[in-house]
Amino acid sequence: MIRSGTLILHVAARLLMPLQLLFSVFLLLRGHDEPGGGFIAGLVASGAFALYLFAFGPRATRQMLRVAPQDLIGLGLCLGVISALPAWWQGQPFLTAQWWTIPWIDFKFSTPLIFDIGVYLVVQGSVLIAVLALMEGDSEEVSHD
Amino acid sequence: MQFAVLGGFVLAAFAPLLHRWFGERTGWVLALLPGALLLWLLGQLPTVVAGETLVFEQAWVPGLEITLTFLLDGLSLLFALLISGIGVLVLIYASGYLKGHPDLVRFHVVILAFMMSMLGLVLADNLVSLFVFWELTSITSYLLIGFNHTDLEARKSALQGLFVTVGGGLALLAGLILLALAGDSWSLQELTGRGELLRGHDLYLPILLCLLAGAFTKSAQFPFHFWLPNAMAAPTPVSAYLHSATMVKAGVYLLARLSPALGGTPAWEAWLCLIGALTMLTGAFLALRHTNIKKLLAYSTVMALGTLTLLLGIGSEQAMVAFATFLLAHSLYKGALFMVAGILDHETGTKDIALMGGLRRVMPVTALCAAVAALSLGGVIPLFGFVAKELLFAAAWEGGWRDLLLPATLIAAILTLAAAAIVGIRPFFGERRELPRDPHEGPGTMLLGPVLLAGLSLLLGLWPGAAEGLVAATASSVGGAPVAASLYLWHGINGPLLLSLVSLALGLLLFRHWARWRAALRPLEPLIQRGPEALYFRLMDALVEVAEWQTRLLQNGYMRNYLVMMLLVLVGLTGVTLFARHELHLAVALDVQLHEALVVGLMVAGAVMACVLRARLAAVASVGVMGFCIALTFVLFSAPDLGITQLLVETLTVILLILVLFRLPRFARLSSPLERVRDLVVAAATGGLMTLLILQVVSIDPFSSISDYMVANSQPLGHGHNIVNVILVDFRALDTLGEMFVLALAAIGVFAMLRFHAGEYETRDRQARGEVVDD
Repeated sequence: MIRSGTLILHVAARLLMPLQLLFSVFLLLRGHDEPGGGFIAGLVASGAFALYLFAFGPRATRQMLRVAPQDLIGLGLCLGVISALPAWWQGQPFLTAQWWTIPWIDFKFSTPLIFDIGVYLVVQGSVLIAVLALMEGDSEEVSHD
Repeated sequence: MQFAVLGGFVLAAFAPLLHRWFGERTGWVLALLPGALLLWLLGQLPTVVAGETLVFEQAWVPGLEITLTFLLDGLSLLFALLISGIGVLVLIYASGYLKGHPDLVRFHVVILAFMMSMLGLVLADNLVSLFVFWELTSITSYLLIGFNHTDLEARKSALQGLFVTVGGGLALLAGLILLALAGDSWSLQELTGRGELLRGHDLYLPILLCLLAGAFTKSAQFPFHFWLPNAMAAPTPVSAYLHSATMVKAGVYLLARLSPALGGTPAWEAWLCLIGALTMLTGAFLALRHTNIKKLLAYSTVMALGTLTLLLGIGSEQAMVAFATFLLAHSLYKGALFMVAGILDHETGTKDIALMGGLRRVMPVTALCAAVAALSLGGVIPLFGFVAKELLFAAAWEGGWRDLLLPATLIAAILTLAAAAIVGIRPFFGERRELPRDPHEGPGTMLLGPVLLAGLSLLLGLWPGAAEGLVAATASSVGGAPVAASLYLWHGINGPLLLSLVSLALGLLLFRHWARWRAALRPLEPLIQRGPEALYFRLMDALVEVAEWQTRLLQNGYMRNYLVMMLLVLVGLTGVTLFARHELHLAVALDVQLHEALVVGLMVAGAVMACVLRARLAAVASVGVMGFCIALTFVLFSAPDLGITQLLVETLTVILLILVLFRLPRFARLSSPLERVRDLVVAAATGGLMTLLILQVVSIDPFSSISDYMVANSQPLGHGHNIVNVILVDFRALDTLGEMFVLALAAIGVFAMLRFHAGEYETRDRQARGEVVDD
């Protein structure tokens, strides 16, 4: 059975997780031009949470997540569908990419980015749902013993 | 127009909200929409009668030539008037019949959705939108038949109706696609103008048979008639609306609509006349077996549907006029009779006619409506049904196949008259009998429908000229050329009138001896039991058996069997294609660097170790080594995105496997040597084939790859340098969207499996009892 509570793991998880999450956002945002993207970033982020999960157990992870993984999936799917709408509004074929430049910060905002964020959330939610459910099944058994 | 119909679906969605505001009166509020449609349609009547076809164009999926264009000619106007008119009455009727029913909201939602689907079906010009509305009526009908969902019979009947009509719907889909290919158009309007081309086409017979299968199942033609009487498990407003006046006529509508395009050939005449006559006789004959008033009426509806098909089969001008008149007359009197049946059921607590009697004193209005509608059903002068029956006789008299059709029509008329007398006279005259409930006159909401419909039957009977315009316009759109119609109550003394008199006399005789007739039919019971319905049940049983057998064979819960099966299919199909269709070119030019060889060597070592090792954790680690080597290969051949993804997936897989491994039971039984040999053969075959395939792919280059396009356009069109990402989120975003949904579904599946694991306890129990459990 997995035992949570070793010192090295605790410290490593505390230090590494924020970095991993930051890195995942970095991968997500640069993905359109350099290696990265929503799928990879989602995997990195779920890896970060998995590390935390191994160190502190499912209950603490859920508390830190604040939202249920199911909701992450739902939100991601919504973003995916929402990103399809602007093209529709413009009378173009479904899912045609739209680009807007935000003037002050010189940032190119686009529907593919929204879409990619959707992918990011769905991937993250799906992995977390499985990992959390597996861990919680274990801890139930532990509590029986 | 489209706005009104689609708005109806929205209104259906808001019905629960309206219930909160209007409570019991919601039926009246909802009736406003079909009421407004009815008035608007009546306003269009003069234009359509003048011979014009109104077209309301609306694009839907322009890229696929799918439109939501609506077409209003005589035929669709007649249907639309019936749908909206009887729709209003049924909504009001139901607010009395289902008063205080806890599921009244659900009824309103579904019936309104049905109403709009049916309207869309008869108005649609595009084959695809017609099919969509067609299937929507099947689904809403299913929900309405199974309205009393706690009743097993209702659920069974609903499922039966669904299977039969949706099964036919599949054939219809095939037929419509073939029709569109043969006629080179998806528009009904254009197709009806291409009759010559279609009738001479090589695909004519397949098209006809597929469409007939769809139409016959929907319109309950022999041998598919059995679902309609069973559908009487639905609440009576539903029976009055769907299963007499509207939905069951959808098949007939389709045949009528396509009659200018496909009609008139020997095959058309033979099929429609034969099946129509057979259905007509079956319905009329079986009706008299039943004392349940709804079943009796349902079989008489089957008879009417058969008659309509028969008239389309005859196809003469006379027959077209008879078709339109009979359709209108039938909807009026059958709607009224079903509503009367509902009142009787509601007030007496039984549907059995044999138990009723002498009710005319307590429910005089109902009795009057029943009498008028039944006289129309029986085709007695001076009701509109008489006009229709005269025309029917005349059409059978003059059409081809006269020697066959005329006696059949006469027999059906005799039997129908007896049925009409049973429904119209039996419950209301004679002695009063003991009933489950003390009967009273029905409430005003429930009387409105029968009074109006029966009144119209009488009015149109006395003044048939009022319906002339609509009938002529309908007959013209069915015939494909302008048809003049003149309807009279009195044609003078001629053949059809004599036939009417004969049928009247014999029908009344039959009615007097109804009980004896039923007794005489009893020996035939075993034969009827072995009818098409028995075949349906056997088919369903066989389906379940095959499903169970193939589940045992293919999905028996053993992972290794799934793998073997999948790999064998893969090897079989790919291998056959590779060796039979292509010559094997193996241009092997090996130019291997040392580091590449090392990576491959590691991979092979990992695979071998995973097979040989007994400790699970070590096996997982060996598989991991293989995965990381694959990632390394991606990196070596400059696909960093794939490399990173593979690396991360591999990491997470290891995590998941570790979590899962703790939950697995110990291997109680390892594979026998023989099984191992089998697995080895399968694995070797798969590996060998993949190797051959890759060597083959490298050595041939049959078509230009799409990747050049992606590389060239990634930056200018997609504004991104990372081609993989641009493909995922822009070029192929629709695929990715689909995959997102697949991923979400898979996650929900995993969640459900882990959370609601009934199986796990079972396994534990079996372990505790010391039984053999393996992977």
